[in-house]
Amino acid sequence: MHERRELPENWASDFDLFDPAYVEDPYSDWVQMRAQCPVARSERYGGAVLPVRHEDIAQIAHDPATFSSRVLEATGPVPSPGRELKMPPITSDPPDHDEQRRLLLPLFTKPRIRALEGIARRRAAELIDAFGDRTVVDAADEFARHIPVTVIARMLGVPVQDEATFDRWVVMMLKEGPKEQAVRREAIRAITAYFSQLIAVQRESGQEDGGIVQALLTKRDTGPTLTDDDIVGMCLLVLVAGIDTTWSAIGSCLWHLATHPVDRRRLVDDPALLDTAIEELLRAYAPITIGRTATCPTSVGGVQMAAGDRVLLPFAAANRDPNAFDRADEVLIDREENRHLTFGLGIHRCIGSNLARMELKVALTEWLRRVPEFELAGERDVTWTGANVRGPEVLHLRFAAAALDGGDR
Amino acid sequence: MRIKVDPARCQGHNRCLDLARDLFVDDDFGYVTEVGDGSVPADEVRRAELAVLNCPEAAIELIAD
Ligand code: HEM
Ligand code: SF4
Repeated sequence: MHERRELPENWASDFDLFDPAYVEDPYSDWVQMRAQCPVARSERYGGAVLPVRHEDIAQIAHDPATFSSRVLEATGPVPSPGRELKMPPITSDPPDHDEQRRLLLPLFTKPRIRALEGIARRRAAELIDAFGDRTVVDAADEFARHIPVTVIARMLGVPVQDEATFDRWVVMMLKEGPKEQAVRREAIRAITAYFSQLIAVQRESGQEDGGIVQALLTKRDTGPTLTDDDIVGMCLLVLVAGIDTTWSAIGSCLWHLATHPVDRRRLVDDPALLDTAIEELLRAYAPITIGRTATCPTSVGGVQMAAGDRVLLPFAAANRDPNAFDRADEVLIDREENRHLTFGLGIHRCIGSNLARMELKVALTEWLRRVPEFELAGERDVTWTGANVRGPEVLHLRFAAAALDGGDR
Repeated sequence: MRIKVDPARCQGHNRCLDLARDLFVDDDFGYVTEVGDGSVPADEVRRAELAVLNCPEAAIELIAD
């Protein structure tokens, strides 16, 4: 990685989430921020406060009364109350949140997730087969992102032929959306219309294995508080929370292994270390930065906030705080104590964490089995996304052609 | 040794299930309690410690008898 830069002038009062140096390496900036301005603020992109200490981030995540989840976007205008995009339970606060969350939780338990492992594994194998005899591929575009799309489509009960459309919407909403509000609105409109239609179709057909949509429709018959809009919102949430996050995590893991051959060879030699290594890679490259909105005048680490102000929770910054972790900025793939915040903390803890871990393990296992030796294909062959989700958007990797042998077990 | 999960803190991250499958049991929602009275057999102590050290919510306590 490049030299640590000095923080730009006025960073404490004018930080920029899309500053190219911050997007490429926020970790270095956080080291300096912890010393100089552990809570920064900015009026850019709708305005936000940015804490980088573990204690501040944990405290905010544990205080939903003061810090509402009604707006999660890191950028863009903070809509007035009632005008937000609702995606229960992630955009809900107590007391509504718990009941909504409990509608989804049973669909994400370990046994449920185990049943999806075969789908993920087959998809991963197919994607590697499709590399053919090429020796340079874009692992973000041709591998990482398709695994979660396939799994989530199956979970929602969406026909496989709609996968490509899904993929496009997610890119529009979460990657292009933060900079282009019109693109984001367009994506949300398309997705919402699609799910409304899917609900109607599934209500008609009442098929047994209709996935999450079907399960929610069934629950509604016994729990009258669930509206069509709630179901659409939940589908939207599963789609956006389950795809982009996981593909970013898979991509970051591959980027790390491409640039750290010692770690890579160790995992190839000792696959039993993979579970521990995945936790460490999740800690070090936690993709999510999520927003909260102050419900009343308050302060974060001494920085004042008015009601309606946004604060961001960059979970990777908490994970790299030396006050919370030994050798916090080092990636130690055999780290055994790892109380990381990558899946959040408190009542909104990621519902999909079992699923994400399964997909990561399948993706990395299949990749390392088939492509044990690989490296970045060139100088500028990775670009990172910023704002809410950080991960490689482009990740060109090179490997020996022979590496692809061994497709058949 | 005994373990005790604080239900008010547990958010169902399920790290404990990954690390010490025999000591914890989850409900239909993924929230977890200790198995039985929480006693930890001698050969499970390290696993219990790892569960404690990896629970993101610090919801698990390891108590000496
Ligand atoms: C590596 C991949 C993933 C990461 C890093 C991640 C991270 C997170 C984080 C940090 C939160 C908390 C948000 C907050 O505090 O406001 C969260 C919530 C959530 N995640 Fe994930 N997530 C991942 C994968 C998934 C997957 C695969 C799904 C499945 C659909 C999913 C579904 C959800 C849902 C539904 C919530 C909202 C829970 C609530 O509000 O009660 N996530 N995720
Ligand atoms: S790791 Fe902690 S929070 Fe997660 S299920 Fe176990 S006790 Fe609950």
